[in-house]
Amino acid sequence: MSYTNQETTQTQKDQRGILLSVQNLNVWFELRRWGFGHAGYVRAVDGVSFDLHEGETIAVVGESGCGKSSLMKTILGLYQPTKGKIIFNGEDLSAFDGNRMRRYHSEVGYVQQDPFGALPPFMSVHRILEEPLIIGGVKSKSERLARIRKMMEEVKLAPVDDFLEKFPHMLSGGQQQRVVIARAMIMEPKLLVADEPVSMLDASVRVEILKLLRGLQEKHNLAVIYITHDLSTVSYFSERIFVMYAGQLVEKSEVRALIKSPAHPYTQALLTGTSEPDARNALTYKEIPPGEPPSLVKPPTGCRFHPRCTRMIAGECDVNNPVEVSLQPNHQVSCWLHK
Amino acid sequence: MADKKLLRVEDLILYFRAGKGVVQAVDNVHFELDYNRAVVILGESGCGKSSLAKAILRLLPRNVHAYSGKIYLEDRDVMTLDEEQYRQNIRWAAMSLVPQAAMNALNPVLRVGEQVAEPAIIHMGVSKQEAMEMAAKMFQHVGVSVDFLNRYPFELSGGMRQRVAIAMALVTSPSLVILDEPTSALDVLTQANIFNVLKRLKKELGLSFILITHDIATSSELADDVAVMYAGQIVETSDAARFFEQPLHPYSQKLMASVPRLSEQRELEFIVGQPPSLVDPPTGCRFAARCPKRYEKCSEEPPVFEKDGRKVKCWLHQ
Repeated sequence: MSYTNQETTQTQKDQRGILLSVQNLNVWFELRRWGFGHAGYVRAVDGVSFDLHEGETIAVVGESGCGKSSLMKTILGLYQPTKGKIIFNGEDLSAFDGNRMRRYHSEVGYVQQDPFGALPPFMSVHRILEEPLIIGGVKSKSERLARIRKMMEEVKLAPVDDFLEKFPHMLSGGQQQRVVIARAMIMEPKLLVADEPVSMLDASVRVEILKLLRGLQEKHNLAVIYITHDLSTVSYFSERIFVMYAGQLVEKSEVRALIKSPAHPYTQALLTGTSEPDARNALTYKEIPPGEPPSLVKPPTGCRFHPRCTRMIAGECDVNNPVEVSLQPNHQVSCWLHK
Repeated sequence: MADKKLLRVEDLILYFRAGKGVVQAVDNVHFELDYNRAVVILGESGCGKSSLAKAILRLLPRNVHAYSGKIYLEDRDVMTLDEEQYRQNIRWAAMSLVPQAAMNALNPVLRVGEQVAEPAIIHMGVSKQEAMEMAAKMFQHVGVSVDFLNRYPFELSGGMRQRVAIAMALVTSPSLVILDEPTSALDVLTQANIFNVLKRLKKELGLSFILITHDIATSSELADDVAVMYAGQIVETSDAARFFEQPLHPYSQKLMASVPRLSEQRELEFIVGQPPSLVDPPTGCRFAARCPKRYEKCSEEPPVFEKDGRKVKCWLHQ
């Protein structure tokens, strides 16, 4: 894996156009009592803003239930935003009609978490990969087959003829994930959303898939949103990292800077919790914040992390919402410790 | 006796009948475990590590083709016990299991306290009230509030349910607990919390653990010893300190090189190819086809070589 991409300077990066702009996005789900009475909202995504440049890789890191999947599905156009906007290539997603939305779905690819669950069991690899092309309006059968073959070679499902007529259950976990990636890539999208693409795989296969994604990203100048709970794989894949807690982005930074000097207490806890293979680990206890992520129906007032935070400032953190502070040009944190 | 071991497993074999032939899931496995220590069994999916756990606890499915070898628990040969003796004296009484995805396998219509108390009622013959008291004590040990005894599984978070599953394995005070992928479905912070609990249990109750996992990084949180499993066989056993520093078997080395790390940025490696089928495993060294260091000798099956107290099944360490 090469890291040239990560070493591009900020000025170079700013010259890249903005592909996706998420502006104060809120995704709330209404809770109902007895089917019709209103019973509050689940605030899955609550005021998220960021820009994604062309060909840029970002990672969204957070625990389960923090809203990262809701964020991703809204970006994919599967959920409607409650408030806020998503601008893709200068166009507002909420203005898309059915046809434009279908075209949008060929401009963004989606790699699911569980490859076996994501592949229809009764379809061969050939049919799985052909379907997006048919929907995308590629009329000629020979052209479709040529594109399928080219894509399969790119994801290293070779020799192609051995795999073309196989069904998902005949493939190993790694091969299934390659099919999922091929399906996401076959319409040549500009943006790829990968939701925990390697969390179900063994260590060695995980590296193969990460390297494959990295290679595709560089070759096609893809923008990638990599969603994960595993910080250790992030630095191998992404330029920037967003840490999400209880529906909000609490820290945004370049990967290396975040690992070296995490600013938010929650980010620090995540880094402490991530293990490295070292026998000395067995000798000590880890200092982990007590408790669990809050309910998204009635999130805590002030900073949402304050009930678990060891450095909570009474009268500040539990009352006022933290504002986003820039520590570095490319490092923002929402925490009262850094005001 | 100074060299008395808690558990000794010798020549353990567990083969299954399957459509395609006989699956050699556990093939001639040897290992030992001392009192108050934790051994980690590392391996990729399908290498037979969960079958090993089942073989040790004699939790066998119907399609067993062969099951043999010796298992000594505190110098007692438990393989000679009949099923009823085994159930009464060994399973859960002396060693217990936290199965894979245990937190999702709790009975949804029983209160968690009753579920934790149940093994005590069955295996120790105590009254329900006593068993509930024991369950309450176990809840404290694993760090779940006693108020949760009367809750149902759906009212608990994933981390809490996993702790309940651990409490269920501990309530009969066994000396050995087998943990099968105890944290693989959990978040980072919950994972770290569970390992804190396990470390404390080991210290406070003097327990021994067999930890079965594919996650090398988190396994180091508990490991005193490491055994690496590949294609049904144990290819390396070592103490954790030297293993994580410098693994001996080429397979272990490759596995370690595939672990992403936060502190250093270096090229990750992966192992080309796939593990062999356990129905018809290759003769000679089973890793040879994927091994970067193979040579002529590897077509013969390597014996286990001993090197400063570490064992490795590889011709390179002859």
